[in-house]
Amino acid sequence: MGGYTGKVLRINLTEGKISTEPLNKELAKNYISGRGLAGKMFADEVPADVDALSPENKLFIASGALTGTNAPTSGRYMVVTKSPLNGVIASSNSGGQWGAHLKFAGYDMVILEGKAARPVYISISDDSVEIKDAAHVWGKDVYATTDILKQEFGDDKVKVLSIGPAGEKLSLISAVMNDLYRAAGRSGVGAVMGSKNVKAVLVRGTGKVENANADEMKNVLSATMAKLKENGVTGQGLPTYGTAVLVNIINESGIYPVNNFQESYDPDADLISGETMTANHLIKKDPCYRCPIACGRYSKWKGGEGAGPEYETVWVFGSNSGIHDFDAIHKANDLCNKYGLDTISVGATIAAGMELVQKGYIKQEELDGTPLEFGNADGMVEWVRKIAFAEGLGAKMALGSYRLAEIYGAPELSMSVKKLELPAYDPRGVQGQGLQFATSNRGGCHVRGYLISPEVIGMPEKLDRTVIEGKATWVKIFQDLTAVIDSLGLCLFSSFALGLSDYRALVNAVTGFNYTDEELLACGERIWNNERLHNLKVGYTAAEDTLPKRLLNDPIPEGPSKGQTIRLAELLPQYYIERGWSATGVPTPERLSSLGM
Amino acid sequence: MRVTVKLFATFREGRFKVEEKDLPDSSRVIDVLLPLNITPEEVAICLVNGRDVNEQHVLNDGDTIALFPPVGGG
Repeated sequence: MGGYTGKVLRINLTEGKISTEPLNKELAKNYISGRGLAGKMFADEVPADVDALSPENKLFIASGALTGTNAPTSGRYMVVTKSPLNGVIASSNSGGQWGAHLKFAGYDMVILEGKAARPVYISISDDSVEIKDAAHVWGKDVYATTDILKQEFGDDKVKVLSIGPAGEKLSLISAVMNDLYRAAGRSGVGAVMGSKNVKAVLVRGTGKVENANADEMKNVLSATMAKLKENGVTGQGLPTYGTAVLVNIINESGIYPVNNFQESYDPDADLISGETMTANHLIKKDPCYRCPIACGRYSKWKGGEGAGPEYETVWVFGSNSGIHDFDAIHKANDLCNKYGLDTISVGATIAAGMELVQKGYIKQEELDGTPLEFGNADGMVEWVRKIAFAEGLGAKMALGSYRLAEIYGAPELSMSVKKLELPAYDPRGVQGQGLQFATSNRGGCHVRGYLISPEVIGMPEKLDRTVIEGKATWVKIFQDLTAVIDSLGLCLFSSFALGLSDYRALVNAVTGFNYTDEELLACGERIWNNERLHNLKVGYTAAEDTLPKRLLNDPIPEGPSKGQTIRLAELLPQYYIERGWSATGVPTPERLSSLGM
Repeated sequence: MRVTVKLFATFREGRFKVEEKDLPDSSRVIDVLLPLNITPEEVAICLVNGRDVNEQHVLNDGDTIALFPPVGGG
């Protein structure tokens, strides 16, 4: 069995016990690896009712089946745990180099259990695994922690994954960071690591990941690499402009949220577009492991330089906060990386705070002199810092936008689904993506099914974004295929150029599993249903398959999509039928049985 | 009639970001593309007032045309 190392590293922090165990191959065939397999193991091992920040929660840091192979974009790993933000299975996905190096060290995943008595870090050097004291780096930011621990390890090739002060302070919107700038960002996974008193996990691997069928892999590689190169998005658009090229596309479509989703078109968006960033700020590309796309940016601003910013980050600290100052957006992005925060949730929480101030819910005296208003760039940057250190009102904001707005009696001002902040697309003008937001197992998220690809960009084919016909089918297929891509450890961006058959060819050449297309997609459906069953166990119902009131009830007020509304009440029943679920969104025994669940 | 033409990404190279154009009545998107040396095949996204159209779409006075080569992200 190629691709997999066949070994799981389990660390009980309470007892200080380190052990390895064989990977369950039968389970791996059905749930692949990463998000799928770790999600299934999580659901089997961790009772649904545990407190996410208690020692009883477990943190799985899992590679995908193809992570660390020579497959294109195979640098991804996932942090799978119970989310402290909304209680569902978090599977926060990150690129960079760390995930591949976990495989080189000989492990498919690391499971952290219990809670260390004092701050520690984990040091993995092939077979040698140690739990080490982290008192000297506790409280330090991600950049300093990375430097200090790298020096201590004594080998520059070591890869560092860590939390920042935000995770230590149990912020519900904190991230797990790796390779300095890469984030397993969403769902508050940094706080789970912080709750276990684990500051960092270092990995140095000298091994290699084998392919089951090396000759076949040569052919599959050349075919998939050619497709990635020839595709306009993966071969030209993303390499040239990075993800922020979306600013103008989404804005010109009139589905670009402004001022906490109060408007959906920004006449000044080009000031902060990918085109502007490329012309004025880009220093170099910053690709992940074995990625021919290289969308990652390394850029400069007044007084500094660093990674990013990505489209979502540009939007959330930019137009969604009424800001067109690229230097401020860069600074806010850099602080999130440094302190270990999710840029989407942080920016959206600040924007919600701005609206709470605008509408008089938050009083000026609570702000300690730091402006919290749309368009105030300096204030916005300072609020990022205050969230990281839970200072003043920043302590409430560190809980995310839903809890912040709820504290002030206005939860409807949180632009979130299942308490997870929505990304940069107004669902009222893009019906399939709207349905996907409402039904995404982890809440307001675009990377559980990126319907923007067919509905706006036109890949793999162009769909009319304003109609609902056929969209439930598209959403189900996209959600299931995305679960497969995640679990393979490949980047979702590869799917602009590659389809199900390409992924099947890759995984079969690497693992020798010999899936058919149908069998591979069924793995995705199994993964989706596993997550849904967990959602139901923790108390979510069909009532939470919804959108914020503003987006559900009001039409888009201005711009190119003026007057458009989301037809969710019509889409949801179609979606449940498509999934083989009951009318109340519960997977039926028949469908589960057909999936072997 | 008068329309606004917006170009994005590589379409801006050697051309412009935004310009107003005077066109004969009943002009189509293709009549905007040809003088710019942009072929319909190069256009991945063509929006007229935010709605996706093809090169045969008939334009009206006051329309805004946004043209994109293949680009995307997430």
